[in-house]
Amino acid sequence: MTEEKIKLSKRERFNACMRSTFLQGSWNYERMQNGGYAYAMSPAIKKLYKTKEDRAAALKRHLEFFNTHPYLASPIIGVTLALEEEKANGAEIDDQAITGVKVGMMGPLAGVGDPVFWFTARPIIAGLGASLALSGNLMGPILFFVIWNVLRIAFMWYTQEYGYKLGTRITDDASGGLLQTVTRGASMMGMFILGTLIERWVSIKFTPVVSKTPLQKGAYIEWDKLPNNVHAIQKVLQEWDMGNGLSLTSTKVTTLQDNLDQLIPGLAALLLTLLCMWLLKKNVSPIIIILGLFIVGILGHVVGLL
Amino acid sequence: MIAGIFVIIIAFIAGMGGVLDEFQCHQPLVACTLIGLVTGHLVPCIILGGSLQMIALGWANIGAAVAPDIALASVASAIIFVQGGGQSKDVGTAIAIAIPLAVAGLFLTMIVRTISVAISHIMDREAAKGSIRGVNTWQLIALSLQGLRIAIPALALLSIPSTLVREFLSSMPSWLTDGMTIGGGMVVAVGYAMVINMIATREVWPFFIIGFVLAAVSQLTLIAIGALGLALTLLYLQLEGHGGSGNGGSNGGQSAGDPLGDILDDY
Repeated sequence: MTEEKIKLSKRERFNACMRSTFLQGSWNYERMQNGGYAYAMSPAIKKLYKTKEDRAAALKRHLEFFNTHPYLASPIIGVTLALEEEKANGAEIDDQAITGVKVGMMGPLAGVGDPVFWFTARPIIAGLGASLALSGNLMGPILFFVIWNVLRIAFMWYTQEYGYKLGTRITDDASGGLLQTVTRGASMMGMFILGTLIERWVSIKFTPVVSKTPLQKGAYIEWDKLPNNVHAIQKVLQEWDMGNGLSLTSTKVTTLQDNLDQLIPGLAALLLTLLCMWLLKKNVSPIIIILGLFIVGILGHVVGLL
Repeated sequence: MIAGIFVIIIAFIAGMGGVLDEFQCHQPLVACTLIGLVTGHLVPCIILGGSLQMIALGWANIGAAVAPDIALASVASAIIFVQGGGQSKDVGTAIAIAIPLAVAGLFLTMIVRTISVAISHIMDREAAKGSIRGVNTWQLIALSLQGLRIAIPALALLSIPSTLVREFLSSMPSWLTDGMTIGGGMVVAVGYAMVINMIATREVWPFFIIGFVLAAVSQLTLIAIGALGLALTLLYLQLEGHGGSGNGGSNGGQSAGDPLGDILDDY
């Protein structure tokens, strides 16, 4: 009867995957995600170990220090599920081996998760959602929520299954070139998108007027010569042609911003970002920079610069 | 009244989401929209959520650089905005008031994470008894504390009479509100700067430059630009792979992990 091997069913593995959603629920300064890890492993521990001593030992193993990217914990959970299963079936696996696998994998995997999820996927998907939302479109929040969570749950489930199938052999992969390539690829993609987002969404406009030049007759709409009926509106719109046709005023006002945009659109935004990067490197708290920029915005507006 | 209860529930969920970082219910796009939905200011709140999301795109807590508590920023700005009447001109002001609150909220996060140390020790004791249920229960209690971390400030904000909020918002002079909106436009840069500092290496800067220049072509949507970026990245990685030994010297700094890969390839 004891020859019968205990296997974790697909349902139990899926249960562990869903529970790993709560990985950071008891995040603490001492052992970080330890409670969440034990929480995710609970269904497996319940199935695999029947005595109080075995369960206590298993829980203790998984209440050790643990910290990685919350989604990249999934392959590690997969591997430990496989290890616990073998151990429960009598294989010689000591506690150090299991802890060793966890600690060995969490570092490199956290290094992949941050650039891929926090610095690439989220800015892109949330940026897409936010740009729709700015016009009051409900699809913005819905797209963001649905795309993100479908990707996330699929990723967590398949990587956990991958870890479970490979068992300890996954550590060979984790230190190999693939993860490094993924991380570098994500960084490239992330930088590309960041360049775009800075140009489009960091708004800084210098309002001081650099020059006022009177336009020649015929280059602007002559308001006093318009017919005094509704056709005037049509005529004006046609002549204006969405800014491509005649000017609305008889003088051309050039602001400092127009001059900067002629060099390259978004130059001011880029310089501001570089300044923020420099301040952050000098260990200025981002919070101070944020509050400082609000003050700069208010003062700049009062003196007529912004 | 009922709307208020829903707002508190959303705040609770956002608080849990803020620490879990899984469903992203704490992101402004989702949290502000939900609060707008239950209070009957759906469309203005979507716009508020979009504006705040732009500011918070790059906020992530990595290493020493700690960003404001985004869950509290979302919930607080939405409550102030709705209590103030939900007029779109107040979007900038609501965000500007909510961000300092979100900074103060970091203190609450620290408290809960310290309490969780004690909870983790209680879990140890439950584990020693072999009680799976005990460990699981305390995990959920710790999570609920994270929910309360946002729900309680939300309750405090809601208890301020809306007439007072409205008076306060309308009493603000236009130079101040316009200035704060301008400041909000610039604050967006901070989050991006944090992210760039984390991922920038010499080999990825060209991608940044291409992205920046292409962004000026307004016909390209974000999806189109994303596809371009993906294609360029794949091209780069593929060409690099076929480059042979010739490029070994040029990217010496980057190939730090490659000797390990070579050893594995030999097996």
